[in-house]
Amino acid sequence: MFYREAGDFSTSYPEDSQTFPIKFDRYRYYLVLFTAIVIIPFFINDYWVNSLFLPFLIYAIAAIGLNILVGYCGQVSLGTGGFMAVGAYACYKLMTSFPDVSMVILVLLSGLITALVGVIFGLPSLRIKGFYLAVATLAAQFFLVWLFNRVPWFYNYSASGQISAPERTFFGIEISGPNTQAWATYLFCLMFVIASAYVARNLTRGSMGRKWMAIRDMDIAAEIIGVNPLRAKLTAFAVSSFFIGISGALFFAIYLGAVEVGEVFGIQKSFLVLFMIIIGGLGSIFGSFAGAAFLVLLPVALKIVGVDWLGWPTDIVAHLQLVIVGGLIIVFLIAEPHGLAQLWRVAKEKLRLWPFPH
Amino acid sequence: MKLKLTTLALGAALAAGPAMAELVFPSLSYRTGPYAANGIPFADGYADYFTLLNERDGGIGGEPIRMIECETGYNTEKGVECYESTKGEGALVYQPLSTGITYQLIPKATADGIPVHSMGYGRTSAKDGSVFKNIFNYPANYWDGASVAIKHLLDINGGSLEGKKIALVYHNSAYGKEPIRTLEELSKKHGFELSLLPVDHPGQEQKSQWLQIRREKPDNVIMYGWGVMNQVAIQEAANIRYPMDQFIGIWWSGSENDVRPAGDKANGYKALTFHNVGDDFPVFADIQKFVVDAGKAAGAGDQIGTALYNRGLYAAMLAAEAAKTAQGIHNTKTLTPAQMRDGMEALEITEAKMSELGLPNFGPEFTVSCENHGGNGLVAVSQWDAAADSWNLITEYVQSDQDVLKPLIAEDAAAFAAESGITPGC
Amino acid sequence: MPEQLAFALEVTANGLMAGVLYALVALGFVLIYKASGIFNYAQGVMALFAALTLAGIIDGQVPFSHLINAVFGTDVHYFGWNAPAFLAILLTMVVMIGLAYAVQRLVFRHLVGQEPIILFMATIGLAYFLEGVGDLMWGSDIKSIDVGLPQGINTWIDDTTFNSLGYGFFIDNLDIVASIIAALLVIILVMFAQYTKQGRAMRAVADDHQAALSVGVSLNFIWILVWSLAGFVALVAGIMWGTKSGVQFSLSLIALKALPVLMLGGFTSIPGAIVGGLIIGVGEKLFEFLIGAPFLGGATENWFAYMLALIFLVFRPQGLFGEKIIERV
Repeated sequence: MFYREAGDFSTSYPEDSQTFPIKFDRYRYYLVLFTAIVIIPFFINDYWVNSLFLPFLIYAIAAIGLNILVGYCGQVSLGTGGFMAVGAYACYKLMTSFPDVSMVILVLLSGLITALVGVIFGLPSLRIKGFYLAVATLAAQFFLVWLFNRVPWFYNYSASGQISAPERTFFGIEISGPNTQAWATYLFCLMFVIASAYVARNLTRGSMGRKWMAIRDMDIAAEIIGVNPLRAKLTAFAVSSFFIGISGALFFAIYLGAVEVGEVFGIQKSFLVLFMIIIGGLGSIFGSFAGAAFLVLLPVALKIVGVDWLGWPTDIVAHLQLVIVGGLIIVFLIAEPHGLAQLWRVAKEKLRLWPFPH
Repeated sequence: MKLKLTTLALGAALAAGPAMAELVFPSLSYRTGPYAANGIPFADGYADYFTLLNERDGGIGGEPIRMIECETGYNTEKGVECYESTKGEGALVYQPLSTGITYQLIPKATADGIPVHSMGYGRTSAKDGSVFKNIFNYPANYWDGASVAIKHLLDINGGSLEGKKIALVYHNSAYGKEPIRTLEELSKKHGFELSLLPVDHPGQEQKSQWLQIRREKPDNVIMYGWGVMNQVAIQEAANIRYPMDQFIGIWWSGSENDVRPAGDKANGYKALTFHNVGDDFPVFADIQKFVVDAGKAAGAGDQIGTALYNRGLYAAMLAAEAAKTAQGIHNTKTLTPAQMRDGMEALEITEAKMSELGLPNFGPEFTVSCENHGGNGLVAVSQWDAAADSWNLITEYVQSDQDVLKPLIAEDAAAFAAESGITPGC
Repeated sequence: MPEQLAFALEVTANGLMAGVLYALVALGFVLIYKASGIFNYAQGVMALFAALTLAGIIDGQVPFSHLINAVFGTDVHYFGWNAPAFLAILLTMVVMIGLAYAVQRLVFRHLVGQEPIILFMATIGLAYFLEGVGDLMWGSDIKSIDVGLPQGINTWIDDTTFNSLGYGFFIDNLDIVASIIAALLVIILVMFAQYTKQGRAMRAVADDHQAALSVGVSLNFIWILVWSLAGFVALVAGIMWGTKSGVQFSLSLIALKALPVLMLGGFTSIPGAIVGGLIIGVGEKLFEFLIGAPFLGGATENWFAYMLALIFLVFRPQGLFGEKIIERV
């Protein structure tokens, strides 16, 4: 009885076409934002930020990016790890070449560079479809990882091939390097997450998003009604790679601080982000967050329960993690094949009628 | 009611009491994942030594030891998570057994004031203690290993490698690329031809590389591998009938897992090492009595005496000795990480000390100082005897070529200092 | 014969052998995709699980020993027997059939008619699950399998080529045996699909589920059959690769080597898997020999295989032998 649109009249076009038309949704959204921005920074500590919040926020951006490509435009891509590596290395080269430029600009520039690379590797999508395209993007993944390993210019000719993020500040507060405060890095990444989600939501609600969805549903029919498939697919790759590049830059500079491309941005990263969006729900911004939360928080929670509370040997807990995550994925898919976002939508639908059953 | 509540609260506060006086040693191990086969014996050795100290001596200097094991699966993100979750418990020293995780921890642990001991792995230039104040890599590092391998070859070839061909088969990662710079300098100095053969992770497929070796017929092959790459390399070398005694691996390519699958054909394979091999030391009798028979062995108890188990034991021994030194310097039983760092920087390992611990001639003698966090670079060569199913040391501890290595280390440390804004100083 | 040419021939021969091994893994993918439209991400893990079970049965390991010891405080590890290879293979096959039945019953029966990407995700969940169970059952240390396959250089080829061409070729005995077994497997599978009743039923199901149902083919039975066949292929692949490099976690990564083969040959064609495998095997080894090692610093095999497959796909988007994708508006 509180989740209704009765009595809520719009008096202008912008009000009518807003993202959250129902008042309850809007207030819920503001409450979440308020908690995230104002309340959490006071309670956060090093462990929470480094093990839970930063990975969640960063993977959420990557998941939003990949969701745009896979969920909205229907092009399955397994090159996410390689594109995150492009973002990270671009950020590293920019950080070391322009030490005085603000981190925000550098991260955005890394995103733009990744978008360019994404467009180049997205060209095969004009000819190849479905799972074949997925395997073709693996070419991008393996090639990019090889490239960053092989060409010494990318890691500034260091003897070891690893890149480390130097210390940088944002408005005088340190956000990269070892001496950062938990709340500072958290808020910096949160800023990007909110901006990314905002941009992605509005892009997908607009004509660009509709073109993508038309391509996804039936690309021949879309071409017939006038959607330019070249433009639509390449912009999907560009926008998606932009977000993935940003997440890669943040992953390297803020979260890990030092990266070795083969181990961190390998193929398991590509599969991980793909799993997040499938579990969370394809074609849904909320789904990206839900999937990222599921795959980041669940292993840590299982480890805390298994090792810290129950005191079992660490390798048994690690194996059980795999068993439980795998089992839960299967259970979720059988219960709701369209992911957590669908469960959320169904819950909201039921809430619209509550307490009346029909 | 009120009285009851306050009594309860008071009781809880008293029960919480003073913090447990313990020495906390976290073990960032990997018993799962692609390198589990190598991570398990090391973690077992590390754990068993501390259990022995607790059971036999009641801890270090009377202070009980608490070892917290955290599974990283050789994954950098999990390594960070393990670090964050254990650093608040009073962790005294971190030994991540992974070059990737070590690079992660170098800035973080330095900022948090906790020392890291990357024994024979990690960032080689951490030997320069004036730049890397919290990072130690005694008794030897990757460049020492490469140099001693060349010295051993010089020895066998009568003092000259002029015109010889040496191939380096390496894991295509930061770890595998470590010796390249050093070997290039040494090839200029001694006149041998170096050829580089990278092997992609995980290293299950090495046909192309070994076909190339079969065509080029290098006089020697040096290997920097880890995990399954080692055993596949040795198997392929046996297949192409490459003479095993011309094949030298770094210490991470010298474990029983790597040579046993090839059976008799692996006989004669050489590996570098910075500690002794086998279980013919008095301390193993103690381990049998206090740890294995008491049912407190980590893991299944079947790795005792293997090369990696001994390495874990050695690492634990060095940590315990550093803790003792720290207790002595600061005149205290409980330690803070900063005090542990001081203990590590003042550590001195002598033959007398090792014999006293039941490990006579187990490792080289060395002293740690502020300028030198990496020992004296003393490395020995061991050889696999397939019939006896054991490793044997075939040389004494030889020092690496300091003339070549010192400038390289200084250069790399200075680059790191410049990049991270550290002022070097002792 | 000029030396470089002899080297190139040797590399080509080895590439063909390597390609056959990749094709062996790709066959499992093709079987399942053909019959049920599922891209089975878990194929590599199935090969690992099959090899682990085989090694465990041969060594007489107690399954779940680590877990049992941790929970009950016992110290059991081995039953004490040493099973002969042939019996162990049969028993492992029984386990794989049981696995196929369980997977069909518990997972895919509930997901009939879902989109391909959902089915793909289900196989991912299955891969995680199977990997965890495999590790819990048999432990994560390296095991070796020895089912009597020969290893080492084939001296006859070495001598013959040395005498005729001046350079002795290196062809591994294991590779030769693997090629023969893979060829036999393909012939048997193709004959099964063409000439037996169940094979025809399988092709009917691959063509159109509804139509197959309407003529009385039991979908469930065919799917269990297909998953068991894929399990058998996984077992053979696991034995081959496990003999070469030991049975441990990295074995599941061989599936990644099979993906370019699938791309090139087409997801739905059994002969395509073989041809694709041969092309990829020769292509990547020749590239490494001619360009990768001398000019690009080596280790190019991984990404070149994908690039090669990508080039082929640009000209034939459904692979060389794959089903032409017909879309109707």
